[in-house]
Amino acid sequence: MDLLSWMAWTAPVAIFFACIAAMLIGMTIWELRSPTVPRKGLLPLVTTRGDRLFIGLLLAAYINLAWTGATDLTQWWGAMLGAVGLVCVMRWG
Amino acid sequence: MSVAKPVNQRAWWLVLPVLVSVAFSALIPLMTVVNYSVQDILSPSQSVFVGWEWYKEVLRDPELHSALVRQLIFSAAVLAIQIPLGIALALSMPREGWRSSLVLVLLAMPLLVPWNVVGTIWQIFARADIGLLGYVLTQMGFDYNYAQDPWDAWITVLVMDVWHWTPLVALLAFAGLRAIPEAYYQAARIDGASRWAVFRHVQLPKLRSVLMIAVLLRLMDSFMIYTEPFVLTGGGPGTATTFLSQYLTQKAVGQFDLGPAAAFSLVYFLIILLLCFVLYNFMKNVGADEQQGRSA
Repeated sequence: MDLLSWMAWTAPVAIFFACIAAMLIGMTIWELRSPTVPRKGLLPLVTTRGDRLFIGLLLAAYINLAWTGATDLTQWWGAMLGAVGLVCVMRWG
Repeated sequence: MSVAKPVNQRAWWLVLPVLVSVAFSALIPLMTVVNYSVQDILSPSQSVFVGWEWYKEVLRDPELHSALVRQLIFSAAVLAIQIPLGIALALSMPREGWRSSLVLVLLAMPLLVPWNVVGTIWQIFARADIGLLGYVLTQMGFDYNYAQDPWDAWITVLVMDVWHWTPLVALLAFAGLRAIPEAYYQAARIDGASRWAVFRHVQLPKLRSVLMIAVLLRLMDSFMIYTEPFVLTGGGPGTATTFLSQYLTQKAVGQFDLGPAAAFSLVYFLIILLLCFVLYNFMKNVGADEQQGRSA
């Protein structure tokens, strides 16, 4: 695990960034295969697929922070709620 | 018959150096901060994974809540004063000739002063015993002392920021006004438009892009203000002018709590990101709706 010991890298953080990188690569491939069409859904602004991913990730981050700040329950529930928020924004935003 | 233009993807290779430079200067440091925010750094070679512990500590810290409220009030006050004042200054500036050049040079001067020097200038200027401002206010009967009175400290920090940064808004607005073609003014004159109508329906819509830049720059800058209040008041009296960045510095450098400081930095980053995103979209949509309504 020499790679992870550099700057005290930890496996959870590496997995987190791997997920973000996978999302960005996936979105790039999706965009190349089928270019996005801006649309107006539940959000009060016209968004592209990339905009919705950004808003969804921001929402997920805030849900996680709110969960951490407001409860002592396990963070996994907050993470799941954040993931549901991200999916909702991507689908209906 | 139309001929499809071949798409040249080679331009992406030209962007590669910038991407690599951004990765090293922004992305990797940000990743490092994320990494530190979930660890307790005991020594350079010793660290313990603590998960969300620092976030919990930071989000439940009453001092952080107070600093955040102060910061939001300060940034809102900065925008509420500097944007209208900057536009008013730009509108009243001479458009051409030596007067225009002179006003531009005078306006740009506060922007050339380094931030710590601005703090020092105002520290001396506002002192009741030797400073011109403090002395005049005291002679006028005001009980003014920015080192002891929180309200005086707030007003002084705010006025100092207005003095330092309103010229930036004015210069941006002035550049935007200069870019409006004369034909628009001629058409307004033919229609008999009043001075206010010209501002509301010609100048303000045309200033939308530069004002968006001005608002975002001032929001981000005011949200990250550190040096000037640090030099002027040291965050005091008490914690009256301790804003987020000063509180962060106390944690990271003063107490060397790298884990909580990293968690705090990320929360700070998310707040700025959200505020900028909301303001950017709000300003973009307000202008766009108006223009759509006019063209319909």
